[in-house]
Amino acid sequence: MDIIGSFDVKFLQIINEAGVCDAALLPSMEAPDLKKIFETMILVRTFNQRALSLQREGRIGTYASVLGQEASQIGSALALEKDDWIFPSFRESAVLISRGYPMWMLYRYWMGDERGMKAPDDMNIFPMSVPVGTQLPHAVGAAFAMKYRNDRRVAAVYFGDGGSSRGDFHEALNLAGVFKSPVIFLLQNNQWAISVPRARQTAAATLAQRAFGYGIPGIQVDGNDILAVYRATKEAADRARGGEGPTLIECYTYRLDDHTTADDASRYRRKEEVEEWREKEPLLRFRLFLEKKGLRTKEYEEEVAKKALEAVDKEIEKAEKFPPPDPADIIRYTNFELTARQKTELKEFGWEK
Amino acid sequence: MPWTKVYGNKAEFEKHLAGEPGLRGLTYREALLEAASQMLASDPSVFVIGEGVDDSGGVFGTTKGLHQRFGKDRVMDSPLAENAVTGIAVGAAVAGMRPILVHMRVDFMPLTMDQIINHAAKWRYMFGGKLNVPLVIRSIVGRGWGSAAQHSQNLQALFAHIPGLKVVMPSTPFDAKGLLKASVYDGNPVIFIEHRWLYEHMGHVPEESYTVPIGKGIVRRPGKDATVVGISHMVYESMKAAEELMGEGIDCEVIDLRTIRPMDTGLIIESVKKTGRLVVADTGWKDCGPGSEIITRVVEEAFGFLKAPARRVNLPDVPTPASPALEKAYYPGAADIVSAVKKTLGK
Ligand SMILES: Cc1ncc(C[n+]2csc(CCOP(=O)(O)OP(=O)(O)O)c2C)c(N)n1
Ligand SMILES: [Mg+2]
Repeated sequence: MDIIGSFDVKFLQIINEAGVCDAALLPSMEAPDLKKIFETMILVRTFNQRALSLQREGRIGTYASVLGQEASQIGSALALEKDDWIFPSFRESAVLISRGYPMWMLYRYWMGDERGMKAPDDMNIFPMSVPVGTQLPHAVGAAFAMKYRNDRRVAAVYFGDGGSSRGDFHEALNLAGVFKSPVIFLLQNNQWAISVPRARQTAAATLAQRAFGYGIPGIQVDGNDILAVYRATKEAADRARGGEGPTLIECYTYRLDDHTTADDASRYRRKEEVEEWREKEPLLRFRLFLEKKGLRTKEYEEEVAKKALEAVDKEIEKAEKFPPPDPADIIRYTNFELTARQKTELKEFGWEK
Repeated sequence: MPWTKVYGNKAEFEKHLAGEPGLRGLTYREALLEAASQMLASDPSVFVIGEGVDDSGGVFGTTKGLHQRFGKDRVMDSPLAENAVTGIAVGAAVAGMRPILVHMRVDFMPLTMDQIINHAAKWRYMFGGKLNVPLVIRSIVGRGWGSAAQHSQNLQALFAHIPGLKVVMPSTPFDAKGLLKASVYDGNPVIFIEHRWLYEHMGHVPEESYTVPIGKGIVRRPGKDATVVGISHMVYESMKAAEELMGEGIDCEVIDLRTIRPMDTGLIIESVKKTGRLVVADTGWKDCGPGSEIITRVVEEAFGFLKAPARRVNLPDVPTPASPALEKAYYPGAADIVSAVKKTLGK
């Protein structure tokens, strides 16, 4: 028999766990860029940690932590242009923060307020998708429209290992391949879908290789290596902008916290597994890398931490001071024009101004 | 009869228990767990499948420990693929199994509509009765905690529209256990809808295995002035409303519909003939919902007995808000039923 096709699954790592980098692969970045990455990571950690403690204090509802996934999220988000489109899942707080999304709005969202997901006008960010994986076709559709209008923007869609089992994933990848849509599939393989382990999602050795079946490039990157994620995303974006179509990037990472604050992961996964991954977490190695570059001083780091805490505190205050919505909001937005029933209800409930 | 009683909460049940020590108290979640466990033990064709059914939380406790007892081949965790997993369950049912498929939230069921509506509901008809699809799909309505627009819908009306499907919504632990068994052995695909707020309710549940007939409602409280038909969680709100109205001398008959499709029209007609007034309290939206169907049937069959226009208590005509402040305003309860009943009485 002849071999009529074969595929290599590539893995990209630039900085290893010891902070040692492969200089040949390093994206061209100056000190301020590297510092910006570090500062964003600290800001996100602070935001995340405060969200978890607010939840424990009963000040926000449920929250999905990003701990451990900062590199996968921030690295990719910073590699995109300002007007590219983002389609996040519910776990993408770090993506949104990297894009400058107001943190007080994110807090507001997790407090249970839909107004927190009304992205500022100058941000092309879709509301977080809580139904798993349903955002993939939307991203392909948006990318299709951008290509149609020749506007050289790309759509980046975030989803998990669990989401990659859904039909939406397969259909979206297939169509994106056929249309050569400018879309980047940023698969956050954090090894768990609530209590379902990665091995239960597919027998495939990697999630990246699933791209090949749809005729599009797929790559696995060390999702705890922020520069690797950055580089892979940048390349995918350049290709998409150049008319070469979609890419699947599997960010191989780990969810260090519970699925959400409503979950207790110790019920279904071993402590040792979590501890192993904790040693590989993204901030540790980026710190080491900066140190080797001579960019990390104690004063600098303290200053960054202090600034982050101040910023986050301010945002929390703003979120908590934000007045609750008007009951008429319940009725106001569903239809372009109120239906007859909605009009009556506004009166009946006494919500009409 | 102890099994026809609804108890507002655990404390109320325990009060009764003091007077009737023979009663066996189980919560709604325990009743479902017991039903599944008994069927798994007695029938090798029964299996449970769904996302996270082997999780130690066990779908709000309703499948807790089943995988340990019966093994992972019979209590199977599934990948995140709602439509495909539904199709797999449909295939297994046709091949002689009795799957209990769990979709944690009703909101995920729109992803399975092709399998349910175009396949499960139709096959028996299309293949001249040669195929059966004895499939039960358990699904849960969320409420509170910011479950919001995409995690707290009441979609019973969607399924109730489809010939070939049955739709049950038990409100008590006794009915939960008996209707689950009846659903597994019904032979048709049954959509079994639970409400998150029911899990902690307690009531009398006999230990032995039994069924509660699908398609039969039940009078929870006899009365003469107005008929209130409650569905699922709204049965409890209706009972509260009836009690409050009694304080004002208005005597309501409360019917627990239990099955949305096929509907127990006879029971409702009989009651309306007696009371002349009708209020339907459903957990979902108004348009084309069970309330529309009930009132239509009464109009068709007992129009002359209605002394006043019938009324409905439903959700506002929009999705569920996330904000706790809005959520509070959004959900109707006993007070809305009280005012609806009063309106039928011209008060
Ligand atoms: C369509 C759908 N099915 C099931 C769920 C319930 N659910 C919420 S999050 C989740 C796991 C998602 O896992 P993954 O895609 O790996 O993302 P992660 O939570 O790990 O970020 C599940 C099953 C849902 N929200 N939507
Ligand atoms: Mg995951």
